[in-house]
Amino acid sequence: MACIEARGLRKVYGATTALEGIDLRVTEGRILGLIGPNGAGKTTALDAILGLIPYEGQLTVLGRDPWSSREQLMCDVSFIADVSVLPRWIKVSQLLDYVAGVHPRFDRTKAESFLGRTTIKRTSKVRELSKGMVAQLHLALVMAIDAKLLVLDEPTLGLDILYRKQFYDSLLNDYFDKTRTIVVTTHQVEEIQDVLTDLMFIDRGRIVLECSMEEFDARYLEVMVNPEHLAEARALKPMHERPVFGRSVLLFDGANREQLEGFGEVRRPSIADLFVATMTDPQSAIRNPKSNSGGVQ
Amino acid sequence: MTAQPNPRPLFSATTEANGLSHEGLPTQPLYWSVLRELWENRSIYIAPLIVACVQVIGFAISAVGLAERRRALLLLDPIKHRAIEQPYDASAIMMIFTVFVVGVFYCLDALHGERRDRSILFWKSLPVSDLTTVLSKVIIPLVILPIISFAIVICVQLIMVLETSVVLVTHGMSPASTWTIIPFFQDWLVLLYGLVVLALWHAPIYGWLLLVSGWARRATFLWAVLPVIVIEIFEKITFGTSHFSAFIGRRIFGFAPHAFYFGTHGPSIESLSQLTPGRYLSSPDLWLGLLVAAAFLFAAARLRRYRGPL
Repeated sequence: MACIEARGLRKVYGATTALEGIDLRVTEGRILGLIGPNGAGKTTALDAILGLIPYEGQLTVLGRDPWSSREQLMCDVSFIADVSVLPRWIKVSQLLDYVAGVHPRFDRTKAESFLGRTTIKRTSKVRELSKGMVAQLHLALVMAIDAKLLVLDEPTLGLDILYRKQFYDSLLNDYFDKTRTIVVTTHQVEEIQDVLTDLMFIDRGRIVLECSMEEFDARYLEVMVNPEHLAEARALKPMHERPVFGRSVLLFDGANREQLEGFGEVRRPSIADLFVATMTDPQSAIRNPKSNSGGVQ
Repeated sequence: MTAQPNPRPLFSATTEANGLSHEGLPTQPLYWSVLRELWENRSIYIAPLIVACVQVIGFAISAVGLAERRRALLLLDPIKHRAIEQPYDASAIMMIFTVFVVGVFYCLDALHGERRDRSILFWKSLPVSDLTTVLSKVIIPLVILPIISFAIVICVQLIMVLETSVVLVTHGMSPASTWTIIPFFQDWLVLLYGLVVLALWHAPIYGWLLLVSGWARRATFLWAVLPVIVIEIFEKITFGTSHFSAFIGRRIFGFAPHAFYFGTHGPSIESLSQLTPGRYLSSPDLWLGLLVAAAFLFAAARLRRYRGPL
């Protein structure tokens, strides 16, 4: 079942086009990373999916139109739309009472047990908690909701590395199972590389790359080329080249691994490197894998 | 995505969301949302309580010399005895005015604060509709504040009776004159009636304030009040009339001639026969006002759909 399905999803704010009619299909049980520069349209896409903004085009989330039925949708969808949107005046115990009182799929015991692993006190107000604790609190609430789709928009922005690591660890170990779907945007791409099952790059309102992580591993290879093979390697049309410690690192899309091993050390590129390659050179921007013949081994 | 969907395991065949909470109890979004307003806006009960404290202390101070005054009063014509009621009436009127002011400022912030502190993104992540949210907010001035003021006025008046009685007893007088002269139960009935009348009459004002608080990006008070002043000035300059001012005045004070019969003795209520609920309920101004209030609230709920953080 498609969890999110969009066709020609378009959003215009005045003179700016935030989304240029994107097509999107996210199936159940995936963890999709939505990566893009600032102002690329990530948050706009998520806002449309969450029923927070009206849009043009077709969009169904779990079989519903998000704009016209946000409150029903929110029984099955959870989101952390930004860091620190929890009201600062509320007490932790009040927050638990409120969510338990209004949410049919909230399991309070679960939330309490997640909170039990933190140092957050029930009597504290949100304003008294550190930024990391607020993120822990919000995550505890969200993980105690038996939702089908979880949307995270920059959930770890401004948190230190310990909290960030712990955030994704909890998400994977205590929450994610194959019946749930997670969509996440972040600028800290390196941290979610091993979390994702799917990857999508978005730039200026368009999807510029869309692939599963299996395809990613199969298609993209990075070689630290020995100087004597540089010309030879360049002839294979790498999508990107960058200097590292005086040597050149070339990123290839769909090249033959054995051939590349002749030039130097071959390794898996990071999402961040692919992102930079894709964004800095629009000419070599990778098309949708379906339209790319022979690239995948 | 190109990847195939994973087969859904059997154990995930959970029951559909049917408005039951995880423990099997029905969810009560409106109830919890009203409670949430009370958690957030403690001025709803703290402001009236402070006024109540001031009243109780002020009355205690004024009770110096009360025994002599009461002795003198009781010698007068019984018609003048009702003068001792005056501080009790004043406490009730002061409380009604207090909760009106609290209600006005509460409404101006109700749909603005959640956008200002970005918490609207959290509230919108929960299965609570915009209409439920707006209703939970208007329930505060229409239901909660009248109940609070009613309860506090009764408490304040009972304490005032106690204070009076202590003074009278210590001066060797019977305290009973207070409650034989003042018909407390009748007064409380009038107060209750007055609070209901006032809440319904002011409903469009609260609706307007909520709409402005959901619409304006800043300075909600100015946006709420300025248009009224501008229209009044415009009308005065252009036509030399002040129908709009009169209209606004009726929206604030116009409940009285509909809901009460004052006779010729000025604005005092001596008996329950002066309450005219029939005339009040058959007043088109009341129903038009309620209709406008409903329209404002509906507009505020629609508007909230489009609203995000400021």
